Amino acid sequence: MIDLLDRQFFQFALIAALLVGLCAPAVGTFIVQRRLALLGDGIGHVALTGVALGFLTGTAPVLTAVLVAVAGAVAIELVRARGRTSGDVALALMFYGGIAGGVLLMGIAPGGSNAKLNSYLFGAIASVTEQDIWIIGGLAVAVLAVVAFFGRELFVLCQDEEMARASGLPVRFLSLLIAVTAALTVVIAMRVVGLLLVSALMVIPVATSQQLTRGFRTTMLLAMLFGVIAAVGGLLASTASTRVPPGASIVLLALAGFVLALGVGKFVRRGRSQESTLTEPSTRAEEVV
Amino acid sequence: MHTLTETVFAMRDGRVTLDRRPILRGIDLAVRPGEVVAIMGANGSGKSTLIRALLGLTPLSGGRTLMYGSPPARFRDWWRIGYVPQRLSVGGGVPATVGEVVTSGRIARQSRLRRTSAADRAAVAGALEAVGLSDRVRDPVQALSGGQQQRVLIARALAGEPDTYVMDEPTAGVDADTQQLLADTLARLVADGKTIVLVAHELGPLEPLITRGVVVREGLVAHDGPPPRPEGDCARPGHEHVHPHAAEATAGPLRGWQGEA
Repeated sequence: MIDLLDRQFFQFALIAALLVGLCAPAVGTFIVQRRLALLGDGIGHVALTGVALGFLTGTAPVLTAVLVAVAGAVAIELVRARGRTSGDVALALMFYGGIAGGVLLMGIAPGGSNAKLNSYLFGAIASVTEQDIWIIGGLAVAVLAVVAFFGRELFVLCQDEEMARASGLPVRFLSLLIAVTAALTVVIAMRVVGLLLVSALMVIPVATSQQLTRGFRTTMLLAMLFGVIAAVGGLLASTASTRVPPGASIVLLALAGFVLALGVGKFVRRGRSQESTLTEPSTRAEEVV
Repeated sequence: MHTLTETVFAMRDGRVTLDRRPILRGIDLAVRPGEVVAIMGANGSGKSTLIRALLGLTPLSGGRTLMYGSPPARFRDWWRIGYVPQRLSVGGGVPATVGEVVTSGRIARQSRLRRTSAADRAAVAGALEAVGLSDRVRDPVQALSGGQQQRVLIARALAGEPDTYVMDEPTAGVDADTQQLLADTLARLVADGKTIVLVAHELGPLEPLITRGVVVREGLVAHDGPPPRPEGDCARPGHEHVHPHAAEATAGPLRGWQGEA
């Protein structure tokens, strides 16, 4: 492992994992709060078309993925805001269109192959280049800046959209902002865990964290900590054997953390409900099981 | 900056259609500063839609409405309005503490990047004190009972220190203690000259505070004046009005609905 740390490709991989671990749960907290846990999946599928477009046109796939993912996120948000109940159908349509479009374009792209497709679907953190690191780093700064700058407003929006409107917040702008930020996060995480597992890093650390916390801010900070532990830990675990794909070990590690937190959370809540006069504070844990 | 005579809400011929069903069918309503207006009516009469339309949350399909002289879309002084929705929306399960939710009531007064100030903290502490939840600041709102959640909503509005409170059924499904606490809180706001518009099914302990009652019936104002007393005719749901609007309604296209309460 010491040898690995000296290798440049591994340093790039570590940096990428660290940034993904920080960003994905930060955005994920708002998205889960907004009941859009599957938004990341939808955007991830759409981004595949962007990747394939990059191969087809000879542009950097990360850049085309950003453009297409952002366009997809905006489209999803506009459909969601319009049709009150058909939001999940709109998401489903994005899933299918994105994957089918990606596979089709990849097939007709000159250098396109199944191996390349796989590396984007399931991640290929070892192939992260210096150029990728600059793009990922820039996007991560943008994502964290949005969370820091608009966090207070996004909290109100994701908690209760009508309240946000009655407080004079720019609801349409903030809704698009959170969708676009999610799209950027998807592209950051794409190289690390792959488009099919991107959403896992946005949702699992948050689900883990909320088993243990009482407030929104602590949920987000703890989720970011869990995200970093899962991403970096999963990457290190994958070095044990060349046959362990990092994307899978990262997500499985995050899931293991969730199961652990579920047990600890029940314990914590039992203690809490004894100290207050209330009965069962939440049945969420039971619902998940 | 603002004179006492300016009108808080002014709706002229306000109409709202939802899913091609007319909900409001031409409402004229002006609320002046310092008034305590109770909007009453049977379920489905359009009273909640009316306050949502006053705030611009539900767009008008006809007529116009002004908030402090501006149409809702161009209204900028949102800190002057404190909206208390019917129910606390707890989002997708991410916990939020009582303190976080009540602090969010300051959002219209806080600019981006500004840190929470001493004034913010004082307002939040005062609001929590007023509703008797000071000792629950760090508890998740999801763990509170319905009545306590209603108190959180009221505290959130109080924290914003607005000039006008708009409350959607603050007394619905709330225990007697919370109703009394709400009445005491409102009495202090009234003494401070605040304007209050609330939707209520029953007034309960709020009754002595109300200066004006507006009864909505099938999307029209059926009564506007002194608050109807429980023993009076107007408080009885489903009673027959002899106001001109009601007569129009009988002749209108919605005639088939007349029998429904």
